[in-house]
Amino acid sequence: MTALGLVRAVGIRLAAAVAVLFGAATVAFAALQLVPGNPVAVLLGPATTAPPAVREQIRVDFGFNRPVVTQYLIYLGHLARGDLGQSYQLQRPVSSLIGSQLGSTAQLALAAIGLAVVIAVMSAVATAGRPRLTAIASTWELVAVSTPSFWLGIVLLTFFSFRWRIFPVAGSQSFSSLVLPALTLALPIAGVLAQVLREGLEAALDQPFVVTARARGLSRTAVRLRHALRHAAVSLVTLAGWLTGTLLGGAVLVEVVFARPGIGALTLQAVSNKDMPVVIGVVLLSAGVFVVLSTLVDLAYLAIDPRLRKG
Amino acid sequence: MTAMAVADPALLTHPPVTGDRTRRRLSRPGVALAGVVLVLLTLVAVDPGLFTSTAPNETDLARALSGPSGAHWFGTDQLGRDMFARVLYGARPSLLVGLGSTVFALLGGTAVGLAAALGGRVGDEALMRLVDVLLSLPPLLLALLAVTVLGTGTVNVMLAVAIAFAPGYARIVRAEALVVRRSGYVEAAVGLGLRRPVLVARHVLPNTLGPLLVLGTVGFGTSVIYASGLSFLGLGARPPSPEWGAMLSEGRDFLSSAWWIGVFPGLGITVAVIAVNVVGRYAQQRFAGRAR
Repeated sequence: MTALGLVRAVGIRLAAAVAVLFGAATVAFAALQLVPGNPVAVLLGPATTAPPAVREQIRVDFGFNRPVVTQYLIYLGHLARGDLGQSYQLQRPVSSLIGSQLGSTAQLALAAIGLAVVIAVMSAVATAGRPRLTAIASTWELVAVSTPSFWLGIVLLTFFSFRWRIFPVAGSQSFSSLVLPALTLALPIAGVLAQVLREGLEAALDQPFVVTARARGLSRTAVRLRHALRHAAVSLVTLAGWLTGTLLGGAVLVEVVFARPGIGALTLQAVSNKDMPVVIGVVLLSAGVFVVLSTLVDLAYLAIDPRLRKG
Repeated sequence: MTAMAVADPALLTHPPVTGDRTRRRLSRPGVALAGVVLVLLTLVAVDPGLFTSTAPNETDLARALSGPSGAHWFGTDQLGRDMFARVLYGARPSLLVGLGSTVFALLGGTAVGLAAALGGRVGDEALMRLVDVLLSLPPLLLALLAVTVLGTGTVNVMLAVAIAFAPGYARIVRAEALVVRRSGYVEAAVGLGLRRPVLVARHVLPNTLGPLLVLGTVGFGTSVIYASGLSFLGLGARPPSPEWGAMLSEGRDFLSSAWWIGVFPGLGITVAVIAVNVVGRYAQQRFAGRAR
């Protein structure tokens, strides 16, 4: 890739990133406008005890007395400076609230997606092109994609924590407290990934290069792992990237089930209290995660498929 | 945004559309069994009294938290209510919310998708960029944002789940409508001098609808999961409603002593969604086969 091409590619990528963030910010602003009632009261939420002076300050800060377009520009100006505003329920800046909870959720999400990919690869590589095994694997995958994660979490908790006391009931302190929540998030995703990966593997195993590789003396397993898997990996990476982004949503349920602190628990609290600045902050975080993940997915394509590197 | 190399999320919110290979894998007995389960679930939802004579909210504290037995197949909860009766009575609120949100998502998605496909370049750009932004957010987060705006409650959860899935449908309808619009019979209809609304109603819409309804079947299962999840979070149906998500939320404090409280309501959701997914995939394959 030439230097100019690289600059161009990075430029397009950055523009797309800004577009997504700008779009998400606009959707969030529109949502804030759509909440019925006095905007100051909405922003403060039902459980507030803010004195009139604070209310007046908010009116001025957010410019609620000005036209909507002006308010929108002020809001974008705040965001551009990285100012997500203040949570009125928790009396702290939104960015520091999100920052303090991000680690726990990121740990959970990464553990879940890693586990899901491992399970999916095992399930698909072992069964692709083998009808009997595929029938068995398809059944568990169907059950996995049809099971609500919060119920799966409750069942795991009931048996592995309460009944057999193998894993702790709640918290996020130790490694063992990560096992059940990560498994809960991972299994439904693993079902989807395994189905798509098997489709890709079977398409790859039908290609002539498989016969060539076998003729060169490679074992069936080696052909699957070294050649077919590489061909099927593009769709796996694409899906896994998108699904990692959705984990920010899935984490809400799983963190509640396992009483784990994190972005999910923070989001639920904010939604219940109509704490709009925090909800908006989480929406923007999610858009940011989407941008980062799609960049990583594109980079992964280059690692998987040498044909793309010439560009 | 088009530079973003992320797969079409519409494919992801539903189990992937299966190709040739999987066609032979769906066994006829499996599909038939799923069909029977769906018929039974419909009957339960319409009239739970056909299957149990116990009332779902009848308390009996003397028998609280007793395990599954001949008298109480699914055991009793912390108030001595019969779990079997509650799970049966929960079918209606749980499935109805999922059905309602799927219908609203299909209606909203169809309206936006058709408007984008037929509304000229500016309208198309504006609507599809909005759809792109909404699709970049996790569906559950989008639903939570909608609940924050709309407020809690069953109807609002139904609308919120519809909002979460409508963008995916909008993108599919737009793509289908563009294909249909360029097809020979629509050109012929234009040549015959048909007016635009008539053209859309008589030719574009019916030919876009088929694939959409098939996707909607599988989407219904996903909607049931999301709606019960929001109820579990305390944002939708509230106890003492036997809605499955609300039941799980209510029973959470008793998991340590009574496993049946946590298991059976969720089993209702899972069995319903498996049956819907099997039938939906079968419909997808039949449809794909016919189109070829």
